[in-house]
Amino acid sequence: MYDKGTIGKLKAAKSIWQERVDRIPPGKAGKSYTDRATTSGIDVGLVYTPEDVADMDYMRDLGFPGEYPYTRGYQATMYRGRLWTMRQYAGFATVEESNKRYKYLLSQGQTGLSIAFDLPTQLGLDADHPLAEGEVGKVGVSVSSLADLEVLFDGIPLDQVSTSMTINAPAAVLLAMYIALARRRGISPDKLDGTIQNDILKEYSSRGTYIFPPAPSMRITNDIFAYCSSEVPNWNTISISGYHMREAGCTAVQEVAFTLADGIAYVDAAIKAGLDVDSFAARLSFFFNAHNNLLEEVAKFRAARRMWAHIMKERFHAQNPKSMMLRFHTQTAGCTLTSQQPDNNIVRVTLQALAAVLGGTQSLHTNSRDEALSLPTEDSVRIALRTQQIIGFESGVTDTVDPLAGSFYIEAMTNRIEEEAWKYIRKIDELGGAVKAIENGFIQQEIQKASYQYQLEIESGKRVIVGVNRFQVDEKPARNLMRIDSALYEKRRAELTAMKAGRDSTKVQAALARLKQTAEGSGNLMPAIIEAVDVYATLGEVCDVLRSVFGEYESDASF
Amino acid sequence: MEHKIRVLVAKPGLDGHDRGAKVLARAFMEAGMEVIYTGIRRTPEQIAEVARQEDVDVVALSCLSGAHNTLFPKVVDLLREKGMGDVLVVGGGVIPDEDVPFLKAHGIEEVFGPGTPLATSVEYIRTHVSREA
Repeated sequence: MYDKGTIGKLKAAKSIWQERVDRIPPGKAGKSYTDRATTSGIDVGLVYTPEDVADMDYMRDLGFPGEYPYTRGYQATMYRGRLWTMRQYAGFATVEESNKRYKYLLSQGQTGLSIAFDLPTQLGLDADHPLAEGEVGKVGVSVSSLADLEVLFDGIPLDQVSTSMTINAPAAVLLAMYIALARRRGISPDKLDGTIQNDILKEYSSRGTYIFPPAPSMRITNDIFAYCSSEVPNWNTISISGYHMREAGCTAVQEVAFTLADGIAYVDAAIKAGLDVDSFAARLSFFFNAHNNLLEEVAKFRAARRMWAHIMKERFHAQNPKSMMLRFHTQTAGCTLTSQQPDNNIVRVTLQALAAVLGGTQSLHTNSRDEALSLPTEDSVRIALRTQQIIGFESGVTDTVDPLAGSFYIEAMTNRIEEEAWKYIRKIDELGGAVKAIENGFIQQEIQKASYQYQLEIESGKRVIVGVNRFQVDEKPARNLMRIDSALYEKRRAELTAMKAGRDSTKVQAALARLKQTAEGSGNLMPAIIEAVDVYATLGEVCDVLRSVFGEYESDASF
Repeated sequence: MEHKIRVLVAKPGLDGHDRGAKVLARAFMEAGMEVIYTGIRRTPEQIAEVARQEDVDVVALSCLSGAHNTLFPKVVDLLREKGMGDVLVVGGGVIPDEDVPFLKAHGIEEVFGPGTPLATSVEYIRTHVSREA
């Protein structure tokens, strides 16, 4: 971005300056001034100058917001047009209680819903399944049939909110219920706005809520892409997630690389299934983590946006600019929350949320201070939401688009993250793509190595975690935590029995039989699933049919 | 020869978060223990059965979903039924302090919360395994 003469003069001046720095005695810690690295192991220099970005070309590498390669943001006006969607992930216990929490959050200025389901729901098990005991309602709301969804969204206008559902293996079933519910309320599915996470690859590599093996899982994903492109065109059909890999311990570079590699695998699979790239790619969305290293994180988001633009244009020959835009949700890093001195987490979350905003996120969840110990209380959730509002309305960082662009360090770091992430993507390509790299354990092993390394750095004190390995105080046990009643299992059993007694079981059986037939063939599964859930076939019943046809995935237990 | 402590790191329940379980498994191994990891989503029955087959000294349970009060005591009961009451059972995960007395009353000898140094868990096991070689 500078002419050769300028860079030449700068180099000469810098070497004189460097000599002077080298003569300064080391600080008290005895460390050299340049001995710093990011969480990705990228060395960080003491100072950055135009020399570090000398090879950059403004129009080629950055461009204007809303223009290829979208480094500076995918919209021209970004937060001047509208702030990001403040979307707190919430859901617990019963549909009645969760419905109350959603209405509370909407009344407090939240602008979109994000549904947390409990683990039985995420694994396609009804609440009365023996494995559900102890888990019902614990990490999210328990939904087993359309009857539950009717209560969950009672009084919430489906055509006026956007609803994000963290659901993966059984994503098709929950989406089907949402569509069925909308139709009953006279809302056409093309008016629905929202997201299903629907990212099965990261379930195998890090999050663990898989059901079926990779091949049939990818078929379900393709069926959702195809169905939504004609019937639910405003729906984000997938949220390709780096978040959980980062939580499992990978680095910022790995997060970018593995997420985009998963994205490549989904696009590849859809194209192989006969879909035109521009018919579905604009509805792909992403989900990233916002971790502790503020500036590395900002660079990470910018690098990911630029890389995806290149991937879609050059690798997949997308024509529609929307297919090239990486739109993403961000959640602050749950794994950085400490149970020690939990109020400190408010500050961590603030910095992480700031990184997401400076990185140009489209929506944001801020974690609550008490989440290292339990689900958050209403007070904690309010502080977390207020954190976003303070950044959005008070801090001034939203006044101009991509305000850190042009910082020598930010641009150099963006370039380095991109460079390192391409190396991983090339490696994964050599292994045969992300599906293969997960099946042979490569991605899992890389994540495990990084996570162990991170822990060793904490153990040795090289990595300081305030309140954990430094600046500790004697603390009283935390009080007033959120509790979920374990008796919920019995309540839900009774509800399900009553629901099943009231439905037309002939219709249910017929619909499930048609679903089985479709699954055994190659037709799109979505219409058959919608038909089944509409007559109150349960989540478990639908998934059992699919299990009987597709089988179940079993991962190995290496560490 | 000194008996190598045999540890089963186990994930009861449905949560898939095993970053902590894997880090601990590796730390136990590097501390010279023999380690078996069950993988995620195991039932208490499966865990107790593996513990029996592998003749372990320690069962280290990890649960992050909040189901610990239901699942951890079940593992202890099943171990006792199998005549393995002398196995040291410890637990960790997202566990509120106020649940610890309940868990200890149900045979979970120690509970390690978030932020526990690896060395603390390793040392605890070393000093609390009763069986001699």
